[in-house]
This record gives sequence, C-alpha cells and structure tokens, in this order.
Amino acid sequence: MQIFRETHIDFLRWRWHALILSWLLILGGVAALWVKGGLPLGIDFSGGTIVVMKFEQPVSEQQVRDALASLPGEKVVQQYGQPGQNEILVRLPELIAEEGAALERGANAVLDTVRQANLGSFEIISTEIVGPVIGRDLQRKGIYATLASLLGILLYISFRFRFSFAVGAVVATFHDLAITVTFLTFFGYELSLNAVAALLAITGYSVNDTIVIFDRVRENLRSMRRDALEPVVNRSVNEMLGRTVITSGTTFIAVLSLFIFGGEVLHGFAFTMLVGIVTGTYSSVFIAAAIAIFMSERSGRARHRAISPVTANETKSRKASRRARAS
Amino acid sequence: MNKNLRWKLMSVIAVTALAVWSFYPPGEKVKLGLDLQGGVHLVMRVQTDDALRLETETSGERLRDALREATIDVIEVAPASPTEFTVTGVPGDRDSEFRRISQDQVGAAFDREPGVQGAYTFRMKPNIAVRTRQDAVTQAIQTIERRVNALGVSEPIVAPHGTAGDQILVQLPGVTDVARAKEIIRSTALLEWKAVEQGPSPTREALLTATGGTVPSSMEVVPGPDPSGSGGTVYYLLRRAPVVSGSQLRNARPTLDEYNKPAVGFTLSQDGARRFAQYTGANIGRLVAIVLDGRVESAPVIESRIAGDGRIQGTFTQQEVQDLSLILKSGALPASLTYLEERTVGPTLGADSIRAGIIASVTGLAVVALFMLFFYRLAGINAILSVVLNLVILLGFMAYVEAVMTLPGIAGFILTIGMGVDSNVLIFERIKEELKTAKGVRSAVAAGFDRVFLTILDTHVASMIAAGFLFQFGTGPIRGFATTLFFGLLSNVFTAVFVSRTLFELFLSRRTATRVSI
Repeated sequence: MQIFRETHIDFLRWRWHALILSWLLILGGVAALWVKGGLPLGIDFSGGTIVVMKFEQPVSEQQVRDALASLPGEKVVQQYGQPGQNEILVRLPELIAEEGAALERGANAVLDTVRQANLGSFEIISTEIVGPVIGRDLQRKGIYATLASLLGILLYISFRFRFSFAVGAVVATFHDLAITVTFLTFFGYELSLNAVAALLAITGYSVNDTIVIFDRVRENLRSMRRDALEPVVNRSVNEMLGRTVITSGTTFIAVLSLFIFGGEVLHGFAFTMLVGIVTGTYSSVFIAAAIAIFMSERSGRARHRAISPVTANETKSRKASRRARAS
Repeated sequence: MNKNLRWKLMSVIAVTALAVWSFYPPGEKVKLGLDLQGGVHLVMRVQTDDALRLETETSGERLRDALREATIDVIEVAPASPTEFTVTGVPGDRDSEFRRISQDQVGAAFDREPGVQGAYTFRMKPNIAVRTRQDAVTQAIQTIERRVNALGVSEPIVAPHGTAGDQILVQLPGVTDVARAKEIIRSTALLEWKAVEQGPSPTREALLTATGGTVPSSMEVVPGPDPSGSGGTVYYLLRRAPVVSGSQLRNARPTLDEYNKPAVGFTLSQDGARRFAQYTGANIGRLVAIVLDGRVESAPVIESRIAGDGRIQGTFTQQEVQDLSLILKSGALPASLTYLEERTVGPTLGADSIRAGIIASVTGLAVVALFMLFFYRLAGINAILSVVLNLVILLGFMAYVEAVMTLPGIAGFILTIGMGVDSNVLIFERIKEELKTAKGVRSAVAAGFDRVFLTILDTHVASMIAAGFLFQFGTGPIRGFATTLFFGLLSNVFTAVFVSRTLFELFLSRRTATRVSI
C-alpha cells in the first residue's frame, strides 16, 4: 500500500513561514519562561524533597495541605498517579543551604505531621531527597552531555556528508530542544532527570530523521547534477514523505502507549518524547534542509565571485557533484 | 534453497537461541534496578578534611614524642588547620637537632617553614594531601562494603560517584528500614581508648579549674553520659593521643555486662594488646575513657593490667549492641560522611512500574505491528519478526553484560521498537521504488537493501553518539535508558539489515515468486 503516490509538494517554499513559526514558538517559550521566572526545575536539579504516600482511606489534597500548614516553606501537595489510588505527593523546596545538616529532616517532618493529622494509616510509596550539591553537579553534567553529543554529531555528519549539512542538522536539533522545552513550559512540566534523558534521546532521533533526508539528497545530487540544491532537496523530501510519515507515526504511537500506560514516573519522559518526535520530523524538512541550502548558496556565491564567469547555479551543482562523488 | 541462504538462516537461528539462552529464565537473569525492585539509593560525601586533620594531628603527636625523647623542650606542638601544625619555642641552641629530628619524623609528608623565635610551620605536601584524600574515599568504600555485606543485603552497590572524587554511591535493593541502614553506614565508629586527666565533672568550667580555665593543647574536653545513670551529661579532660584505637581492634561481639545489661565485648590485636597492657599496668587506679565518635561511652577505673580482652559498657539496647559490634568489626571510617541524596522506592511502586512498563511495551508493539501489517501486508510480518527479534537480542544482551533494567530502560525498549520499524520502513519504501523501475523482484529487493544500508549505518551511528554521551551523563535509571538504547541500535543494524533480508530471500527462494507483497 502506498500512502502517497508521487508527490510534488514544494516544501521549501514554506521554509520562511516555518522559520517564522518556529521563532514565534521559541520566543513564546522564552516569554513564558521569563514570566514564570525560569524553567521549573525538578528536584533532581533544584534539590528538595518529595514524599509520596498511599493512604488507606480516600484523602483529598486539601486535607493534606491543611495538615501540613504548620510546616515552613512553600509546599506542593498534589494527587499522584491514577485517581482513586489515594496517592498524594508532597514536595518541599530545598531548605537547608549548606550540606551536612540532616538531609531527611524535611521528609521526617512531613511524615510526622501527617501521622498526627488523623488522616488514617498510610504507606510510604517513595521518598526522594536531593541535596544542593547533587543538583548543581547534575545541571553541569546535563549541559555538558547535551553539548558534547551535539558536537559529536556535528563531527560525524561533517565527515560523512558536508559541513553545511552538519550545521543544518545541529541547528535543527537545537531548534527541537528549544521547541520541546517551550512545550514543557507551556504544559507545566518540570525539567526532571527523566525529561533531560528524553531531550537527549530527541537529539538522537531528530538527527536520525535529518540524516535520512540528507542521505537521499546526497544520492539525488549524483543524478541531478545540473540542478540547484533547492529542487534536489524538494524532490528528496517528497520521495521520503511516505517513510517520514510512517516512521514518525509508528514511533509516535509507540511512545503514546508509554505516555498512556507507562505510569506516573514516566509521564514527563513520554511527553517530552512525543513533542520531540513531532518537532524532529518537522525540523528535518524545514529547518535542517533550509539551513543546509542557505549555507551552500552562500559558499557557492562566494566562489562564483572569486573564480570565473560561470553562473552561480553551475558552480554550485559542480561543487555539489564533486562532493557527492567524494562522499 | 541455496547454500548461502542456509548459512544465513542458521546464523539467525543461532543468534536467537543464544539470546534466549542468555536471558532465560528472565526472573533470574535480568537484573532489576532500584526503581523497579524497591530499595534505597544514597549518595554521600566523604569529609576528606577529617582524614587530613587526623594525619596532621598524629604527625604532630609523633614529632612531640620524639622531641620529648631527645629532651628538646618546645613550648607547644599544635594543629593549625587540616593540613598544618605549628611548633613554637624551639630553643635556639638545639635548632639543628630539631631540624634533623623533624626531618626524620615527618619530613616525608610535610614541608617545614621557619618562622620567628624558634617557631616552625609544617605544611602537608600537596601530593600527600591528594593521596590522603583518595585513600580516605577508597577506605570508606571498603568499610561501607563490609558493613553493607554484614547487613545481609543482596547485591548491594557501593561505588565512587560524581566528578569531584569524594562522593560515594550506595544502592541497597530491597531494604525498607532506611533509617537503620543509614545509621549503620554513616557511623564513623572511631573507637579510641584515651587517658583521663580530669573528670568526670558536671560542667566544663568545673573540669577546667585545675588547669586554670584553659584546655592544654595536648588535651581535649569530651562529653559523656553521667556514670550514675541520671541521664545527664558529664565532661572529661582527655589526652588527645589515644592509648589504642579501633584500628587495633581484632574482634567485637555483643555480650552482657555484670548487671546483665547489653554490652560490646572486644579483643585487641597483638600490637594493641601490648600497648594497652603496658598502659593499664602503669596506671592502675586511674580512669581510662572509651571514646566512640567523639563521645565518652564509659570511663571505667583500671583495676588491673588488662591485656587483650575487654568490654564496652554503656546505656545500650540489644539492637544497638548488635549494630555497634557489626560496625566496630568492619572498621572505622577514615572520615565522617554527609548524605547528599537519598531516594527510597517502596516495593509497591516498583511492582506498579514493572506492570506499567510491560503494558506500555506490549500495547506499543501490538499497535505498531497492526500498522505494519496494514501498510506492508506480508512484508509487515517480516518487519514484525525483525523488530521482535531485535527486542529478544537486546534482552539477551542486557542479561549477558548484567546491565540493570530500569523503568527508563523499558522506555529504551519502546524507542528501540520505533527505531526498528524505521529501518524496516526505509528498506520497504526503497524496495517499492526499485520495483517501479521494473527490474524484477529479486534485484529490486537486493538493490533496496544495498542502497539503504549506508543510510541505516549513518542514522544509527549518530544516535549511538547521543546514547553514549547520555550514558556518561547519567546515573542509575538514566544509564539503564542509555544502555538499552545503545545496544538496541546495535542489534537493530543486525536484525533490520541481515535478518529481514534473509527472510525476504527465503521467500524469494521459491521459484514461483514473481512478486512480493509489500
């Protein structure tokens, strides 16, 4: 079965619209971040305490909130997991600035207070207590890992394709990360360790998608030597359209099942992946290819001025075919 | 069926069998992470300054003893910082002798700097300080390992952690009594026997009246419980340098004292026993304090010369006596610990997560399988087979390298399904394109696989680069994700390219096959 019979959509005609849309989204995200005073960090990064309790009898968030009113600091009390499970999550901010003080003090205070509050017996589902040192360490390592993997990918694509393609792929990946963080902000997810893992997985996925299209461009450049890069890219995207839709669709469905059935722990992870899959597919067409063309055109024009009276197009395609043969 | 194809089929079956053998039965072979199994995850920092301070103090003591032996009278030998101690009042006429003795005693680890009027500062050499810190962490890890093993936790993890080099990660699967586990791990268990110079007194001030209100530099004030059993605190003035310490302990065990109260019995090593016998023999009638972690547990009167065996009495419960014996036997920590991170996963959440992960994987796989059958008909079966085989190989690999399965690891499995499908879709779409140019089925299939191979290689290498850095970055659960993703990609190159092609060739090996259902 063929979902698309030969398509001839001029994708690149829309690249400026796409670019504007992306910028609007990212700026919206930046504005939202600015209003909210920064990305809400999960306790993995900010430090703090999370206690999840499962009560035997139904207990409302408000009851727990009232019980904890005497404790200092800004507390978050919310229902955890499926409704009807009577599971309540309590989050405390990092209270102790210096290390060495009793780490579990906050968690113990919560448990003691709830025990005395007459809400029935409960079981501790999980506790997470992260000191400030760990959070700072992880923040640095997370940023380092993201940048290092982008650099690794940049080098690999430059080696296998062209430098302009590599820049396109990396810019597209950056774009995907920015858009995904924007969506995390819009939907009120916090940046947890799992969300960062998902972001890094997205760098892999987004580049994967981009390479598939670049690979077809590389191949088509051999048979369409006389053409400029733009029609070649357009044709390549059209040829790969069926694959792109099916692949992204199936991966999306697989991750969607994770989002629905994977439980509370993986919710943020799955959401991040879902957004990443969509934007990764979109960016490999509109961002990666557009940047690659933009960069190739500029270097083509520069050559044209420097060497001879051939047209820009010819220089470009000659150069392209030479590169294609070399790779 | 030609010979080549038979060989390919055999190797596919062999790899499958190997993978299944590797992870069967999964209940035993696949290791579950803390998030699925329940347990405690702790990160702590070794206060390596403690170890430096100890090294500096004992070096100062050693120098003082040597000076006393050589009858060089100095005013004071006192620690100044974790890595420095000072000597003041070295007589001018014996300066060269002092220099020689100090070189012999502490010259290997300390740099000497002269000051004014016979004062000297001894500063620990930087490389020695670095090594002392490293040793402290290594020794702490070994000690914690012994303690955790004595607790009877199955498959605990005790490992260095973080980039600063002074953190330790401890994972205790299945442990529910977190508070007790933490206490046992953290107890410094620095046990020392020290000579009592003054006390016990009810207040510090009363204690220090005999010495004019100040603490002499070779002594210290240590609190302890009131021996009358009133529950109050009393103070002792002790010599800093211990008579013997926990490192000279050979064994410790729970026992009872003469009042049938729980106590800890101990046996000293040969060297320790000799020193203890010598000291107790010379100090009959005086008090000796048993100091644990900077607190006097008891200060009995020396009634006779004590050789190797003794008892620590205090106000202990049965449980405390047991834990203390365990801790003492495993040796003292070289430095105190502070907890930086603590995560506890109850067994209920672990079981819930396993169930959720399995449901998500099975649903994901089922929906993807339906999709593939719908789009590619018979070839869809081919794709499903190769995706399933991919998961089987991945599971076998995880069991073989003893990688830990975590909840994000299950997410890695689901992403692997996605990647596997992607490779198959790429190949199938290519075969369709090749079929349009009417080359015949066999050559179209061959060309499809050949042309797509490099694409698959490029995409997989790029994704593996990302997964590799993720592994570097992550701890625990994230590592589980990075591992499954990495090996999933690796085995996918095999299943999508080799296995899927073999299946196609198997189908086409029938003479009548003139078209493929794709």
